[in-house]
Amino acid sequence: MARKQSDGPSKTDIDMTPMIDMTFQLITFFVFTLNFSTAVQDDRVQLPMSQLAKPAEGPSIEPITLQLMDDGNVIYSGEPVPLQDIGGHLENEKRVMISASKEPSSATVIVRADGRSKTGDVQELIKICQEKGFEKFVLRAQYDESK
Amino acid sequence: MAAKREALSDKIAIDMTPMIDVVFQLITFFMLTLKTVITEGDFDIRMPLGTSAGAPADDPLPPVRVKMTAGAGGERTSLTMNGQGVGDFDELRRRVIDLVGTGPGSNADRTEVELDCDPNLKYENVIRAVTAVSGMVQPDGTVVELIKKIKFAPPKKR
Repeated sequence: MARKQSDGPSKTDIDMTPMIDMTFQLITFFVFTLNFSTAVQDDRVQLPMSQLAKPAEGPSIEPITLQLMDDGNVIYSGEPVPLQDIGGHLENEKRVMISASKEPSSATVIVRADGRSKTGDVQELIKICQEKGFEKFVLRAQYDESK
Repeated sequence: MAAKREALSDKIAIDMTPMIDVVFQLITFFMLTLKTVITEGDFDIRMPLGTSAGAPADDPLPPVRVKMTAGAGGERTSLTMNGQGVGDFDELRRRVIDLVGTGPGSNADRTEVELDCDPNLKYENVIRAVTAVSGMVQPDGTVVELIKKIKFAPPKKR
């Protein structure tokens, strides 16, 4: 009985080592998964899947990302814009490029179109870009790892 | 002497609290900045302005015309390659391989694919067709490249 009493008030030493180990492992994990990429991705667009959609080695030259939603609107600078009004925004892009003494034809237009959108809308978007002098286009798809 | 030895062997207690505080703050920062990026890839398409632009390849072969029609809901109703009906995209890939061949001596570099699609066709079919003609993933994971030059036929009036 006397022994138990003397145990009670003594300070319990908690060994912090395992917790600190684990915490540092967590930090390491989060540091490695930290990603500074400025890739434009938007939940409003569900890209079609493709097994061959491997990421490009380098970043695109002068990229302009246009995201086509399934309702036919284009997300430009985070805001939905009707397809027929995108020409004005592209005109601004073109002016900015020319003022920086770059040719619009050197820009790469990245088309992130929703898998459920209409092919006609995608073609219309490409046609509007062509009318503004943009020539290089890439179609973006999500990498399908299922097979 | 005995007292000195005793003092040296005493453990020095380090106060861990500030370190643990900082470490938890770091964890919180990294957790909140965690951003899962889905792997995405690009397909190049050739859309030259007019007919004069775009340098023609040396000795080009006639283009492969892939035509897709759509029903009212945008679903694909037919798929043809050079006018012949094709069942699905795997068959389209086999037909393309039969046509251009693979490996050395392949005609894939000189061949162009023209996609002719109904305007209301769902766009995912276009990507599936582009995937079928532009390459093949082998069971070991390597990719055999097929036709890279892909373009859209002029859009139809809607």
